[in-house]
Amino acid sequence: METQDRQLDPGLFKPAEIDQQEGEKIAGPPVSFWKDSWIRLQKNRGALISLAVVVFLFAMAFIIGPLVSPHSPYYQNLANRYLGPTSEFWFGTDKFGRDMWTRVWAGTRVSLYIGLLAALLDIFVGVVYGAISGFLGGRTDDVMQRGIEILNGVPYLIVAILAMVVFEPGILTITIALGLTGWTFMARIVRGRMMQLKNQEFALASRSLGASGLRVVWKHLIPNSLGLIVINLMFTIPSAIFAEAFLSFIGLGIQVPEASLGSLISDGAAELRFHPGLLWFPSAIFCLLMICFNLLGDGLRDALDPKMRK
Amino acid sequence: MNGDNVLEVRDLRISFSTYAGEVQAVRGTTFELRRGETLAIVGESGSGKSVAARSIMRLNPDANTIVRGGEILFEDNDLLKLSEKRMQRIRGPKIAMVFQDPMTSLDPTMRVGRQIMEALKKHLGMSGRRATERAVELLDMVGIPNAEARVRQYPHQFSGGMRQRVVIAIALACDPQIFIADEPTTALDVTIQAQILELLRDLQERIGSSVILITHDLGVVASVADRVAVMYSGKVIETGTVREIFYQPKMPYTWGLLASIPLPTADRSQELIPIPGSPPDALDPPKGCPFTARCQYAMKVCAEEMPAYTRFSAEHEAACWLHHDMAPNVEPPAQIGGHR
Amino acid sequence: MTEQSTNGQAGETPVLLEIKDLKKYFRIGRESLKAVDGISLEIKRGETFGLVGESGCGKSTAGRVLVRLYEPSGGSIIYDGQDVGEAKGEAAKILNRKLQMIFQDPQASLNPRMTVGDIIAEGVDIHHLAADKKERLDKVHELLKTVGLSEEHANRYPHEFSGGQRQRIGVARALAVDPEFIVADEPVSALDVSIQAQVINLMKRLQREKNLTYLFISHDLSVVKYISDRVGVMYLGVLVEMADSEKLYDDPLHPYTQALLSAVPLPDPDLENERERTVLQGDVPSPVFPPSGCRFRTRCPEAMEVCAEIVPDWREIKPGHFTACHLYYDARAEQRESQAATAG
Repeated sequence: METQDRQLDPGLFKPAEIDQQEGEKIAGPPVSFWKDSWIRLQKNRGALISLAVVVFLFAMAFIIGPLVSPHSPYYQNLANRYLGPTSEFWFGTDKFGRDMWTRVWAGTRVSLYIGLLAALLDIFVGVVYGAISGFLGGRTDDVMQRGIEILNGVPYLIVAILAMVVFEPGILTITIALGLTGWTFMARIVRGRMMQLKNQEFALASRSLGASGLRVVWKHLIPNSLGLIVINLMFTIPSAIFAEAFLSFIGLGIQVPEASLGSLISDGAAELRFHPGLLWFPSAIFCLLMICFNLLGDGLRDALDPKMRK
Repeated sequence: MNGDNVLEVRDLRISFSTYAGEVQAVRGTTFELRRGETLAIVGESGSGKSVAARSIMRLNPDANTIVRGGEILFEDNDLLKLSEKRMQRIRGPKIAMVFQDPMTSLDPTMRVGRQIMEALKKHLGMSGRRATERAVELLDMVGIPNAEARVRQYPHQFSGGMRQRVVIAIALACDPQIFIADEPTTALDVTIQAQILELLRDLQERIGSSVILITHDLGVVASVADRVAVMYSGKVIETGTVREIFYQPKMPYTWGLLASIPLPTADRSQELIPIPGSPPDALDPPKGCPFTARCQYAMKVCAEEMPAYTRFSAEHEAACWLHHDMAPNVEPPAQIGGHR
Repeated sequence: MTEQSTNGQAGETPVLLEIKDLKKYFRIGRESLKAVDGISLEIKRGETFGLVGESGCGKSTAGRVLVRLYEPSGGSIIYDGQDVGEAKGEAAKILNRKLQMIFQDPQASLNPRMTVGDIIAEGVDIHHLAADKKERLDKVHELLKTVGLSEEHANRYPHEFSGGQRQRIGVARALAVDPEFIVADEPVSALDVSIQAQVINLMKRLQREKNLTYLFISHDLSVVKYISDRVGVMYLGVLVEMADSEKLYDDPLHPYTQALLSAVPLPDPDLENERERTVLQGDVPSPVFPPSGCRFRTRCPEAMEVCAEIVPDWREIKPGHFTACHLYYDARAEQRESQAATAG
């Protein structure tokens, strides 16, 4: 190919002003990891809708639901038994004439409380345990991991039953059962991540600058594990809710007259033949909760996963 | 297609769609591979050299690869337009590729012999005893001692350099006409690299295949290449024989590359001449010559328009406004050119 | 704060770092991986000492032991007269500031969740070197300018920068605590060639301006030769040769050094064509079971019988040029002499 013969303005061949610093400039505002992930999350419709629904359900269960209805979840009125949805009882009534609307939201409160408890345990026990175990390594890690294995070896159900023998069945027994076993998965995940990260050069750099172990863990390793922790939380919550529902369903959890989604579903199942509404309403809310947390968890995983970057 | 050429890439344009926008990886790349030669494609990260090579084999991920134009001519076909089925008959027996990382190029769960035999079976229909014999032959050819025993071993039982030899053996299994090596020695130690380069030179002499070698290491280029194509920001900016590129480079980027390497014979008191700044963003490439922002000879026209190629000899051409009649005369820096 | 320097004769630059028979072993199951198996060297204040070798030779491990990322398994490190292993408490902290490190991987060496300003100021925070936020910010800005970046970069995140820029941030981070000695572990290996020169020039300039001493670890012989005053070659955990940079390349004594230099492809096609190459056969032996006697004997083109039996002694063959190789002395003869001396 030969040089073009087009007529070009000789002025174009004067030297151009090149600013060296231009080469170092970065366009656009600073983008932190969280902002980046939030942008990505917003593109996932399913996750956004789930987030909205979860927030809505929270609001309903704790604020709106009870406020809107004048009835109490415990008040029995046998004259009103087995009513379908009416203008007075929006979800109908159960076999003791109790308002289902307030009962369902009371049950949702219990489920959400359990979910929250599981999340808190994950964070305060699971993360800390895993971080210590993973970061220190060696003997300490060996011992701590054997501890987890022992805890895991005991079936969740046995613990619940034992708790029931000692205490009254109810919220307390579930809390104990969860408290002893619910956090172990998170601990393992965090441990794995710590082991991965602690030999990364940025952690080594911090240590060579003189940082203490605590500083390295708190300022460097944990922030780089937050993505993993949040994702895991989003899956722990529904699984805890499910576990509680199951316990209540088989009668080991919430007892009458308290309500939980599980016990409501259990009661409703018994009445399925003639009064299906008693099953549908709590089931619908329960399924909605589970699906939304799972979708949100999926969405967060995609948004926070650094491998999908650029 | 010119009879001398075994492969022709014309004005190739490849982009990737990412969530941040369209990444223009290859923006009009043209080069030829002559029969029996080794062509080195040199460039730094972001130059598009690996993407161009993978495009020849159509190995870019389908999901987000956009072919914006150009053609790749091989045996009277445009490889960009062939169906996947027909590409499968080309990948392996006609064109083979060796990648950078020997750790991940081999399946860790399969014996090495079987991995070689897979190719033999699929493309040449060989089986059983004949295939095993050929596999042993190949391992021997690539310099693996005790080939008969080692053919039954797993990849983890080989060292990095040995694994790379196995990968080369698999690539050679069906006697391909074209052999593409993408940074084959970058992950290896210097003494192992020397072994592999010697092997590649040796094999080329014996088998006579045409080789495209992709690398950023100018030493490797000087060691094995016949001709060189220099890529920057998705474009080929200079091509020539290896002597022309090293001793009479015509483009400031090439000058910059050669001047920034500390030679063992160089004077320690002199500062190295780096190329300031960084390569342009592939999401928003500049409209003129991509090297303008970092070029100390840049003129106003450079930022406006991409220069045409100026031909200096049968093989040597470069795209630079400095060679236009109206441009001032510029000498390359003293360090370039000739033996030191 | 006691400051003792080992002064040589008048006019000689004092030795800043002395490494004596340094060892670092890692336990793998029941076996021990001898990553560093007894190296000794001295580095003078203001010089650049290059440490070369291929992967697995232990050079990176040695560097990390120096900055106390690993505890040594044996031997001693004496910095400016102080034994590094014995230092405790306040003295240890001060020593820690003086020896800093620059890492290899521009991607992994910066915490992706922190702003560049925070990354650079970490040393300042840990050692309380700034009285208030303003002073801290000023320091960060100054350091950014020193490495050729601008003030506004302080609020950005590592992923927004190119590899070369990230390495410069790493340099700024190390400089923040006013070190005297910097261990640079493959600082330019992960960078493009044209960018390598930027970082190398920066390091040279900083050395002049701040009177820094460098231990430059790399597998890239050309870069090491360019930047170093003296060079040591490591193989499988031990030093095999050490000399002034020019002398090592002009007159390599040890067969491994010769093979290494021969293996480096030069960007000069005619030279490459004419060269006679020594290509080593075989692979590097495992550091768990290093060969008896001289470790290099399994791949050495000049191996003799004595190489398998006696570990070659570290000798000064020419002024300032050391090597451990049986080609340069007669170990057997010396053995016989000493036996005769004790007997007679």
